[in-house]
Amino acid sequence: MNATGIGAAVRRKEDQRFITGKGQYTDDVNRAGQAYAAFVRSPHAHAEIRGIDTSAALAMPGVIAVLTGADLAADKIGGLICGWMIHSKDGSPMKAGAHPALAQGKVRYVGDHVAVVIAETALQARDAAEAVSVDYNVLPAVVDPAKVKGATAVHDVAPDNTVFSWQLGDKAGTDAAFASAAHVTRLDFINNRLVPNAIEPRAAVGDYDAGTDSFTLYTTSQNPHVARLVLSAFIGIAPENKLRVIAPDVGGGFGSKIFIYAEETVCVWAAKRVGRPVKWTADRTEAFLADAHGRDHVTRAELALDAKGKMLGLRVHTIANLGAYLSTFSSSVPTYLYAPLLSGQYDIPAIYAEVDGVYTNTAPVDAYRGAGRPEATFVVERLVEVAAREIGSDPVAFRKKNFVSKFPHQTPVIMNYDVGNYPAAMDKALELADYKGFARRKRESAKAGKLRGLGFSAYIEACGIAPSQAVGSLGAGVGLWESAEVRVNPTGSVEVLTGSHSHGQGHETTFAQLVSDRLGIGIDQVSVVHGDTDKVQFGMGTYGSRSGAVGMSAIVKALDKVIAKGRKVAAYVLEAAESDIEFKDGRFTVAGTDKGLAFGEVALQAYIAHKFSGQELEPGLKEGAFYDPTNFTFPAGVHICELEIDPDTGVARIDRWTAVDDFGTVINPMIVEGQVHGGIAQGVGQALLEGAHYDDEGQLVTASFMDYAMPRAGDLPSYTVGMTVTPCPSNPLGIKGCGEAGAIAAPPAVINAITDALGHEHVAMPATSQEIWRALQRMPTQMAAE
Amino acid sequence: MYAFDYHRPDSLRKAASLAATVEDAKFLAGGHTLLPTMKQRLASPSALIDLNRVKELAGIELRGRTIVIGAMTRHASVEQSPEIQQALPALAELAHLIGDPQVRHRGTIGGSIANNDPAADYPAACVALGATIVTNKRKLAADEFFTGLFDTALEDGEIITKVVFPVASRAAYAKFRNPASRYALAGVFVAKRGSDIRVAVTGAGESGVFRLPEFEEALKKRFSPKSIEGLKVSPDGLIGDIHADPAYRAQLVAVMARRAVAKAAAR
Repeated sequence: MNATGIGAAVRRKEDQRFITGKGQYTDDVNRAGQAYAAFVRSPHAHAEIRGIDTSAALAMPGVIAVLTGADLAADKIGGLICGWMIHSKDGSPMKAGAHPALAQGKVRYVGDHVAVVIAETALQARDAAEAVSVDYNVLPAVVDPAKVKGATAVHDVAPDNTVFSWQLGDKAGTDAAFASAAHVTRLDFINNRLVPNAIEPRAAVGDYDAGTDSFTLYTTSQNPHVARLVLSAFIGIAPENKLRVIAPDVGGGFGSKIFIYAEETVCVWAAKRVGRPVKWTADRTEAFLADAHGRDHVTRAELALDAKGKMLGLRVHTIANLGAYLSTFSSSVPTYLYAPLLSGQYDIPAIYAEVDGVYTNTAPVDAYRGAGRPEATFVVERLVEVAAREIGSDPVAFRKKNFVSKFPHQTPVIMNYDVGNYPAAMDKALELADYKGFARRKRESAKAGKLRGLGFSAYIEACGIAPSQAVGSLGAGVGLWESAEVRVNPTGSVEVLTGSHSHGQGHETTFAQLVSDRLGIGIDQVSVVHGDTDKVQFGMGTYGSRSGAVGMSAIVKALDKVIAKGRKVAAYVLEAAESDIEFKDGRFTVAGTDKGLAFGEVALQAYIAHKFSGQELEPGLKEGAFYDPTNFTFPAGVHICELEIDPDTGVARIDRWTAVDDFGTVINPMIVEGQVHGGIAQGVGQALLEGAHYDDEGQLVTASFMDYAMPRAGDLPSYTVGMTVTPCPSNPLGIKGCGEAGAIAAPPAVINAITDALGHEHVAMPATSQEIWRALQRMPTQMAAE
Repeated sequence: MYAFDYHRPDSLRKAASLAATVEDAKFLAGGHTLLPTMKQRLASPSALIDLNRVKELAGIELRGRTIVIGAMTRHASVEQSPEIQQALPALAELAHLIGDPQVRHRGTIGGSIANNDPAADYPAACVALGATIVTNKRKLAADEFFTGLFDTALEDGEIITKVVFPVASRAAYAKFRNPASRYALAGVFVAKRGSDIRVAVTGAGESGVFRLPEFEEALKKRFSPKSIEGLKVSPDGLIGDIHADPAYRAQLVAVMARRAVAKAAAR
């Protein structure tokens, strides 16, 4: 193995700048003559705007402009869009209400953007924003997604507040499976709403160059090219060739920075309007109020078994809260990113899912780490665990009996699982978790007055969402391929341009490792360029754990082309036939001889072109590629959570966490392990601590870290992380993706462990100490005393 | 944050005279409540009088059977003080449980008790130990000092200079932290000084810190967790929020009381 190649636990190249404060984030960008934006936000969850009086604000010191929805309309700036069309059961298209970047006539959630003040300083803008007087006629708000019917319509296009009533699977077949079942397990639960909370809040700097009539937008984006496409083609800021979008260092996204929001739209538009660069940086309260939230499902799920404990069918009805507007990819998350994962790791002959997407007067809900797959995994793994308990089966044996064992496996819900070995991951997890010792540990806990429980989560997920043709047929407005360009410099150093984007994932290291592996050069000789639409021609960005499986596959294709051309150059220089040139360990050699050239020498020859001038071969060494996968990838694994509950206080303390994941080929095990750690932390956060809570009037109660509990180091154990490997057959590297697995696997493992300890069918998330203590009060006394 | 005037006196006398002359001024100690509130534009004093350069307000001293802590003493200094760890370890433990290291290196005991947040830790220690709060004008018993939610007996312009804690033969603090803010959802300080036994509760009461007379009486018979094992706390008058409703807080108070007594009895 090359010391910096595939499989090497190389330290992250980018960390030097991040941990020494040398990162360049959007808020670090300052343009000459820059002014500052502050948004006037709705204090009401639902209200008509009778009028906006900007005169007092305009008279305040430093104020340059106060702009409203009317100004946007006058400039023919379009509204924000949802890029995935979902059709209801009856064939009708989803009911997408208008989503103007500044409110027009109505506000629909607390934090909705009403107007913007542009001023010389950020403080002057804030002061003046408070002086904008808005005359509201407050309307009744609907907050509970299960009670939207009959409530005041959030959008006129959806009088019953239902965006779509969608289905997937065979209803009749599934009903028949349930009719013949020997046992049916039923569960009702809520998948709690989460606030993403990236460390770096969203920010934007809009700049307009009157000389070239062109715009530049610096923004906190996971996918700058998609942002440019939407801002250009749908919102109408400028043609793509007149709009440059730069996403510099980005401090975490977790999905929340995929979307095209009102604030960056307004900054780039206003820059031309006021003739000054315009900057906005969210404060933490704005992030809580106006970043797209995640999850928020109300679900009834049923699992049908035959008399021998084989799964016959799965039936799910979910109400998905989409918030007040359809965010960029919101419609796809509770539909095509959710229901196709409902087969889990199991061979289930019949599955039927219904999903009602609904409007409420809350912040928009969209993809958040895992995006649909955590929700699906929670359904499957909670049902499976409860079913095993109900029929008196061992949860491991019950899972193994129903695991998919032959590949490829076509599920009843679209997915075709390509490869996997589910029992192997389970066995390895049992061993690492010392499952055999659990009974002893439980007895010891009981002696100390504690309740110990163990919970499994045998998850599957789908990454690298693809291929383009398939997602297009499901309603996606874009293709989901990736691009790469490999630029070899005359001295043999390399720049890799990628359409994916790094905001914490370590691409500058892993992508360089791939190049190092293929070209036989050190990672120091490789720079990764991303996040600038003027540098990288096009790309789809980073989300859905796609950058390894899709982004790196595009780099592989481009590297193959570079090597092929290098072979041609070497053939001229070494005066040999191209077919006799071999490339290995960074050297082009003539087969069977000791004649050869280092990669750097061939690069130089390619640029000086002395040896093939006038021939068909072109000078230079630069190749590009687009890669469109043939299938999703299917990472899978088993997580085991073991915890101890203090019956006096209800506190659940996680004692052991074992994760065995199959991510296919691993480029950098240290970075992959870090992704697993972070994912589990977020999953444990959802299970035990986090929950966005709106009151009945639609005020966000958990609008700061004083009330919204994030997981901290002290809430988490040291993890035991192991791996199994079945390389993915649908991409050249065999990669499956690892970015979301922990967040997908963790919540049901935690709840299964808590309910195991308590002997309860269900405990709601977040399973705070109060929630667990209340569950204990519902317990039969003999169990509590056990 | 709105604009404000900033004063930084270097003596108690100057601080007091500024307070008497500057209109609508607030004292700035550690600033952990005041500054976030100002940043969120929920408070807008026209002036701040920063006490951080008033040297005479900081310091820890063991005087006979009392510990004297200057008002501007940081929580970390209390936590790490060898004198306090020796003479009154419960107080060092309490300081250790406040916030996080950043908070403890900035926040002060005087700022904490002057603010009288119902979820702050120090009020429980003050009341349970029968501390005396000394100001630039007078001395106040803790029982008289804490008058209600974010309310104290301090008059306008009055500055806490020190807090005097009698050393207890047995004392301990047990805290159940709010999972988000790390303030107390329920904190119980138990102190035994001769025949005087006090159990003071913070984080739970709608009017701030309060005592549990029934628990105190039971402990007077025998200072042991067994004495209060069956005792319940009434949820009436307890705070209810998304983290803990009154019934759960009542449970936590009873549990924390038992744990504090167990720890104190073992000393």
